[in-house]
Amino acid sequence: MPGAIYAEGLVKTFGDVTALDGVDLDVPEGTVLGLLGPNGAGKTTAVRVLTTLIRPDRGKAVVAGIDVLKKPNEVRHAIGLSGQFAAVDEYLTGRENLSMVGRLYQMSSREAKARAGELLERFHLADAADRPAKTYSGGMRRRLDLAAALVVSPPVMFMDEPTTGLDPRNRQALWEVIQELVAGGTTLLLTTQYLEEADHLAHDICVIDHGKVIARGTSDQLKARTGGERVELVVHERQHIPLAVEVMRPFGKGGFTVEEHTRKVIVPVSGGARLLAEVIRELDTRGIEIDDIGLRRPTLDDVFISLTGHVAEAGEETLEQEGAGK
Amino acid sequence: MTAAGGTLSRRPVPRARGGAVQSVRDSLVVAQRNLIRMMRIPEVVIFGLIQPIMFVVLFSYVFGGSIAVGGSTDPDTYRQFLMAGIFAQTVTFATAGAGAGIADDMHKGLIDRFRSLPMARGAVLTGRTLADLVQTALTLVVLAIVAVIVGWRIHEGLLKALAGFALLLLLGYAFSWIGALIGLSVRTPEAATSGGLIWLFPLTFISNAFVPADNMPTVLRTIAEWNPFSATVQAARELFGNLPAGYPVPSAWPMQHPVWASLIWSLLIITAFRALSVRKYRSATA
Ligand SMILES: Nc1ncnc2c1ncn2[C@@H]1O[C@H](COP(=O)(O)OP(=O)(O)OP(=O)(O)O)[C@@H](O)[C@H]1O
Ligand SMILES: [Mg+2]
Repeated sequence: MPGAIYAEGLVKTFGDVTALDGVDLDVPEGTVLGLLGPNGAGKTTAVRVLTTLIRPDRGKAVVAGIDVLKKPNEVRHAIGLSGQFAAVDEYLTGRENLSMVGRLYQMSSREAKARAGELLERFHLADAADRPAKTYSGGMRRRLDLAAALVVSPPVMFMDEPTTGLDPRNRQALWEVIQELVAGGTTLLLTTQYLEEADHLAHDICVIDHGKVIARGTSDQLKARTGGERVELVVHERQHIPLAVEVMRPFGKGGFTVEEHTRKVIVPVSGGARLLAEVIRELDTRGIEIDDIGLRRPTLDDVFISLTGHVAEAGEETLEQEGAGK
Repeated sequence: MTAAGGTLSRRPVPRARGGAVQSVRDSLVVAQRNLIRMMRIPEVVIFGLIQPIMFVVLFSYVFGGSIAVGGSTDPDTYRQFLMAGIFAQTVTFATAGAGAGIADDMHKGLIDRFRSLPMARGAVLTGRTLADLVQTALTLVVLAIVAVIVGWRIHEGLLKALAGFALLLLLGYAFSWIGALIGLSVRTPEAATSGGLIWLFPLTFISNAFVPADNMPTVLRTIAEWNPFSATVQAARELFGNLPAGYPVPSAWPMQHPVWASLIWSLLIITAFRALSVRKYRSATA
């Protein structure tokens, strides 16, 4: 049986840009799929096709068991969407925005107001609830948009970079909301540039580039594909690098990476923490002073870089926020 | 870390009512949204008022006395004759408003929200045109007051006068659907505004709005007599009792039966342009 979100051979071109080039997806009910990929990979396009906003040139899409191309209006009853760019009315207050969405879901005016109040609390917007959204900061708008996507609890949700622009506290809070939703049986397709987020939330990960799926699997499977653990060490004196390499050779599985300017030596190993203790003892006997040493496992960032051949272009704001969060 | 508000309750998707009830309801929700916006950006409404007020004052004092209506060049006769024309021209400006509003909406993120909701198909557009109708009605009220101040009077009783205003509003509503189609077809609100306005000038000037059509060359006169805009102007003039004593009523059918002609024209425009706009909206990929 196909999952709650199912796509087969989706193709979408814009002029001579092929945004989707035969994408297949299958997300089992009640799970989270993390859709990763560099800028321009086609993530947003895939979300827009699956949420009935654009028609693909070719392919098949089924959401919550309903054919997206044949019965878009029925699909709209079964989905919630938070797009990459906040879809709120700037001149309406946060409360008015949310109750409008509630009423368009056929709630009574009173019901819609009550739900708006609940969401404003949950997304830390109660203080700004009665100000026009125009006066909101970027992160506040983002949260208002997410709240609008959760006015009802449809069985399938799509979130396109939901935490971009959120501060660490609000990101954490959204993660909790997402985990609650999924615990309640919601199926979620989530795109993100924060690989840590995919690691944390997604059951399955799908990496796309140039409109094609280039890898899929659980986070652990993808990491295993990229390579096992390794020792990274930083020596105190640059002239100790060759000596350190010599010491490490018997422990390694072949292949060294040396970064001269940071005085760093990276050696793929297998043997875990015990091996690390031995390495440290040996270095000590040889009188090599070290600034830092550690056993590292590949991160999703490593997976991403090795798969797409370039660093995840997270953008400056992202980097700043990661910095501020630590 | 826990979020301030505790757990979020689950809210199953309510069943859609579907059909006409939902259509009306959704349109009213969108109309309400547009009216709230209107109140928060009152400049738009205020600027919308200045132009017709200037027309009332300028036309009645500058042209009054040099244009003969029904054989009379009495400035007051012209003023009475003119008002229905200016009212009608004012309501047609709803076209530009609706067009710009819809073009603006189509290129803002909010349209994605609307299009992903299980809303009635035409509600985004109907909501917009209804809000514009309210704005047009408000403009007409202010304009009628200014007209009375400069000496305009009704002579056929209040009921008929109200019927005249109703026909004017219906024309405005019809034109806002033309605006909707323009707004959906262009890329920017600016283009929708200018695209919504340019064709209004020939339309409103090749008509009986500002001068009687009987002095025009034959071709223009025929166009003027069959112009949907002229039908409403003529109907309003009749209902307001503003036709001067010696005014010759042209023999063309719409001029002989202006109330019917106005109704038919407006309803035809609404039906055709609403259908075209809704179709365009559904296929548009914002
Ligand atoms: N409406 C459009 N018209 C023309 N080209 C488009 C349109 N939408 C998307 N594209 C192109 O399709 C490609 C995929 O875009 P998409 O927005 O899906 O990328 P993305 O993976 O979401 O990127 P990002 O991480 O930057 O959000 C890009 O090359 C983009 O320029
Ligand atoms: Mg995107």
